[in-house]
Amino acid sequence: MALLETRGLTARYGDFKALFGVDFTIEAGETVAIIGANGAGKSTFLRAICGLLASAPESIRFDGEAIGGVSPARIVRRGIAMAPEGRKLFPSLSVEENLSVGAWSQKTPGYWTLRSVYELFPMLWERRLSPATALSGGQQQMVTIGRALMSNPRLLLCDEISLGLAPIVIRDIYAALPRIKQGGVSLVIVEQDIAQAMAVADRVYCFQEGRVTLSGAPAALSRDAIHEAYFGH
Amino acid sequence: MTAIFDTILQGVLLGGLYALFAAGLALIFGVMRLVNLAHGDLIVLAAYLILLIANALHLGIILSFLIALPLMFAAGYVLQAGLLNRVIGNDILVPLLTTFGLSIILQNAMLTGFSADSRRLTTDGIETASLPLFNGMAIGIMPLLTFAAAVGVIVALNQLFYRTALGRAFRAVSDDPVTARLMGIDDKQLFAIAMGVALTVCTIAALFLGLRANFDPTIGPGRLIFAFEAVIIGGLGSLWGTLAGGVILGVAQTIGASINPEWQLLAGHLAFLVVLAVAPRGLFPRAVD
Repeated sequence: MALLETRGLTARYGDFKALFGVDFTIEAGETVAIIGANGAGKSTFLRAICGLLASAPESIRFDGEAIGGVSPARIVRRGIAMAPEGRKLFPSLSVEENLSVGAWSQKTPGYWTLRSVYELFPMLWERRLSPATALSGGQQQMVTIGRALMSNPRLLLCDEISLGLAPIVIRDIYAALPRIKQGGVSLVIVEQDIAQAMAVADRVYCFQEGRVTLSGAPAALSRDAIHEAYFGH
Repeated sequence: MTAIFDTILQGVLLGGLYALFAAGLALIFGVMRLVNLAHGDLIVLAAYLILLIANALHLGIILSFLIALPLMFAAGYVLQAGLLNRVIGNDILVPLLTTFGLSIILQNAMLTGFSADSRRLTTDGIETASLPLFNGMAIGIMPLLTFAAAVGVIVALNQLFYRTALGRAFRAVSDDPVTARLMGIDDKQLFAIAMGVALTVCTIAALFLGLRANFDPTIGPGRLIFAFEAVIIGGLGSLWGTLAGGVILGVAQTIGASINPEWQLLAGHLAFLVVLAVAPRGLFPRAVD
């Protein structure tokens, strides 16, 4: 049974329809990348999964249960965490407080604690008392990922974690992914950088104008097929 | 010289009462950006509740006050969860009008229930007790306790906000309610807890309001103005700023009153306007807005 499955998922912002029936699956332990141009519906898809956009109950199933229309706070408790686009750190909280607030829904301690997040990103330990938004972009991105991990999710959604960062910083952040997977987390990564996505993902979905136009293992996808799925005809 | 010192001292202590009025207002605005126009009436309601418990159960004022604290917390929780959470959102006007209506309803309900008679809370003599200072000056026990309560409330709220997981969640929701939801925080439930805490603080303010002077169902809006002025003078950056705002307002009022008794309120409002003109964001503004 898939960890997460969507069937004919649609989403709209008022009158504007952003997703037109997306079918998507991810198995436990898998890393799946979603690529696509700006406005293809990648972020909307993640927002629907984590409950920020309401969906038909049966259109999203997580661990065998229908979760469309469940509130974001309850979805976090079921084990889906999000590292949102634009990092969205809490500016009046320190680095450590940002991480701690991620554990709000944790009743019993899990694998990810302040200590294990600091082991994953040692430079956050040195800056733990600084206001989170005083950090460099790359360090802020680490806080965002660490904050999401603090809820000990089974599925982690990463929205554009390399956006606006220098290549060397992106390399540091992607270097943390194998250790996150070792902790038993499945990953959905939305990524504009196709090469980066192909390098880390077990499978790739390509979105275009609110629809899935291509999916499969990176090695099975030809350059031309991706080009066509990405840009259309 | 003694007279000036005495005036300022009385003003500082009066500022403690205004800080108590203001602390709950600042807390609610800080957490959920709600301007609660019924805040003053809720303080008066708490004072009547203390009186009601004392009369019904034949208890002393302090014991009645202790019983009123959890009742007002519950009232705040229900008020937020049942009413204000429904109107709070992107439009700041709707909750503003709701609390304005609530203010009118509360005043008239109290007028019907408790009559227009002035009432006060009395204990066995503590209101008139005083400590002698030098040069024949004396300091009232009651104003001193009021000020100590204000400091105690601010210390307690600071501990809550900066030392607990709940306080962290309050600040996270205040920064960004949507992202807070992604952390598993139920913002509406937190708002209800915050209103409960605010009305608990209102009850403490009500105790000292009722012990210090008479109250009747119509004085709420006047207390709201003092609370507003204290919050705005202090700025929204820190609760200590709210105490400073209360003290500035209190000192201005007692100095005004010592020159001419009619000038007490006027002097307070003028001090408020001067601070607003010099530092529009208050003396201790928020670092992030």
